[in-house]
Amino acid sequence: MKTLTEKTDTVNKYVTLFHEHQEEIMDAEPAFLSEMRREAITNFERLGFPKKKAENYKYVHLEPFFNGSLETRFAPRKLEFDIQEMFRCDIPTLDTHVLLVLNGFYYTTTGEQLVEQENGVIFGSLNEATARHPELVSQHLGKYADYRNDPFVALNTACAQDGVFLYVPEKQTLDKPLQIIHLLLSDENEMVQHRNLFIAEKHSKAEVIICDHTLSNHLFLTNSVSEIAVAENASLDVVRMQNEHNQAVQITNTWIEQHRDSTARHSTITLHGGKVRNNLQVKLKGENAHCDANGLFLIDKAQHVDNFTVIEHQQPHCTSNQHYKGVLDDAATGAFSGKIHVFPDAQKTEAYQTNNNVLLTRDAKMHTKPQLEIYADDVKCSHGATVGQIDENALFYLQTRGIPREEARLMLMYAFADEVISGIREEALRDRIANLVSRRLRGELSRCDNCAINCYD
Amino acid sequence: MLNIKGLRVSVEGKEILKGINLEVKPGEVHAIMGPNGSGKSTLASALAGNESFEITEGEVTYMGKDLLDLSPENRAREGIFLGFQYPVEIPGVSMVNFLRTAINEHKKYKNEEPLSAGEFLKLMREKKSLVEIDSDLTSRSVNEGFSGGEKKKNEIFQMALLNPTLSILDETDSGLDIDALRIVANGVNKLRTKDNATVVITHYQRLLDYIIPDYVHVLYRGKIVKSGDKSLALQLEEKGYDWLKQEAGIEV
Ligand SMILES: Nc1ncnc2c1ncn2[C@@H]1O[C@H](COP(=O)(O)OP(=O)(O)OP(=O)(O)O)[C@@H](O)[C@H]1O
Ligand SMILES: [Mg+2]
Repeated sequence: MKTLTEKTDTVNKYVTLFHEHQEEIMDAEPAFLSEMRREAITNFERLGFPKKKAENYKYVHLEPFFNGSLETRFAPRKLEFDIQEMFRCDIPTLDTHVLLVLNGFYYTTTGEQLVEQENGVIFGSLNEATARHPELVSQHLGKYADYRNDPFVALNTACAQDGVFLYVPEKQTLDKPLQIIHLLLSDENEMVQHRNLFIAEKHSKAEVIICDHTLSNHLFLTNSVSEIAVAENASLDVVRMQNEHNQAVQITNTWIEQHRDSTARHSTITLHGGKVRNNLQVKLKGENAHCDANGLFLIDKAQHVDNFTVIEHQQPHCTSNQHYKGVLDDAATGAFSGKIHVFPDAQKTEAYQTNNNVLLTRDAKMHTKPQLEIYADDVKCSHGATVGQIDENALFYLQTRGIPREEARLMLMYAFADEVISGIREEALRDRIANLVSRRLRGELSRCDNCAINCYD
Repeated sequence: MLNIKGLRVSVEGKEILKGINLEVKPGEVHAIMGPNGSGKSTLASALAGNESFEITEGEVTYMGKDLLDLSPENRAREGIFLGFQYPVEIPGVSMVNFLRTAINEHKKYKNEEPLSAGEFLKLMREKKSLVEIDSDLTSRSVNEGFSGGEKKKNEIFQMALLNPTLSILDETDSGLDIDALRIVANGVNKLRTKDNATVVITHYQRLLDYIIPDYVHVLYRGKIVKSGDKSLALQLEEKGYDWLKQEAGIEV
């Protein structure tokens, strides 16, 4: 169904903002990018925001969040900021390349904007990569995320200034995972749009961990885009951990394109957030490609998490597995909409989807909508969704063995979540996430957990 | 040890147990028999503290304490063990994590140190051999995909690990093959001491060849209508329940 849109003041506000800051936005960038931006803003103006109750945005109306008075910057602001002092990464035992993105801008303490390894691996600031390797970037940027038809991608494409770039050349393996930490820290309410681009060439391998954090007590609105290309026989894992505060609104747009015999695994673990909307679009464009898309959220109070996925099986013999789970406490609300789209040529497709949710109170609500669009006849597809409560019989069974009710409840909730966690392949990361999830379930993990300021508590 | 007086229990407004009296002393084995739907599992569940069963009247003391006042977990930690007629499958909770948590909760209650990983494994090995449970089972989720017999063995395995004072075994024998029945019965017998007691709920006299009861009670329509020694079980095996129903009909 087409989303009905019309031009509103909010749309005008961003169109005007773009035109007023054009010079700053396009300062010192290659022509291809500026051209793309102009096209993107025109598209955004045409598309507008999804209307209230629009089919794909039925349970979260995002336009009003764009309406507030939010600061928007097109150049990094100098912040007195001591990362070691303020931010304790929650995954200290992991050996990773840590990259910081502060309010949408690549942030380095060493001055090194881009790391170029001997084997040809490149990672660092997307802005810097665009300047140093315009040809490479232009081959990929804007090629996977659809800035012609998706308003959030269009707006991001028009405005985003920086983010993380990763390039893994043919036959190379990224020596250790890239850990991207998106930090939000400000003394005013702010809107942030960053852009990531990950390219895994043929027969290459890489792992990326993304952590989204808020470090100050302000209203943040993030509209982020990640474009991911996985070439023939390449393998790319992305694990995203979202841990923002209750006043934060986060829209993530992840677009993955996969070629033959490739594997992509994407997991989104949402531990905290005000309103979160995760759009995941996967295109399986070559035969025998495989994709795992998993998600887990644990929410309470008035939080809302909306996971929206589209997996396109464009070619034969591809497989996809989606497993999304949610635990909702208090008056939290959630939505899952997952579409499996099998193209007419995509025979021998195997596509599976499950969505399971646990409501801990009567006030919590979950909307789940699986969608199958199948145009090939020789396929195996299934979907299943459940919304339930904690199993009272299981609780009683555990209690009769001497386990206190509260502890038994935690065990069952953890068991429920574990199915997604155990899908994370990197052991140290899996253990770490397991620990975070169990602390979150116990109520010991606050959204300020990795921040030393503790402005909330 | 256990003293039940005038216990009445309802579920969803329907009265199931209509005044049960039963006394169990240390070292004793009691067998409870009775037709389907007579309330045997209800009695077991009520004693273990299942909240969907409402106690409308009566009292239960256990080791001098008011049992009905205790939460299910505290009943367990005070030494009551319920072997379920239908053990619950708990996907995602590993047997090891479950057993270790259970044992350490018992330790905590007694102000004892939790078991170390090594001690725990040693204990597992020891008790595993007692019930001859397959090693593979303990590496899976609790009861998940276990066969009927494996689930029952698993109940006895847990009983062996938790070392209860009062075990209530609800049809632990049904679904067991002949060898398994012998193993389970042997397990129960080996765990018997002069200080603990066992209540076995069963339909079959066969089990009572292995676990010799001191008393046999017949539960019918929510009441114990007859009590006797092990010969009562033989009588039932031979004659069925009809004669008792008639007797009860006269008595009621
Ligand atoms: N949760 C429940 N809701 C409604 N009725 C129940 C519930 N649990 C038990 N009952 C009813 O209570 C009665 C006694 O059930 P119970 O399970 O105690 O019988 P039982 O003696 O153990 O039978 P069996 O030999 O078949 O195991 C039955 O009529 C049963 O349908
Ligand atoms: Mg029964």
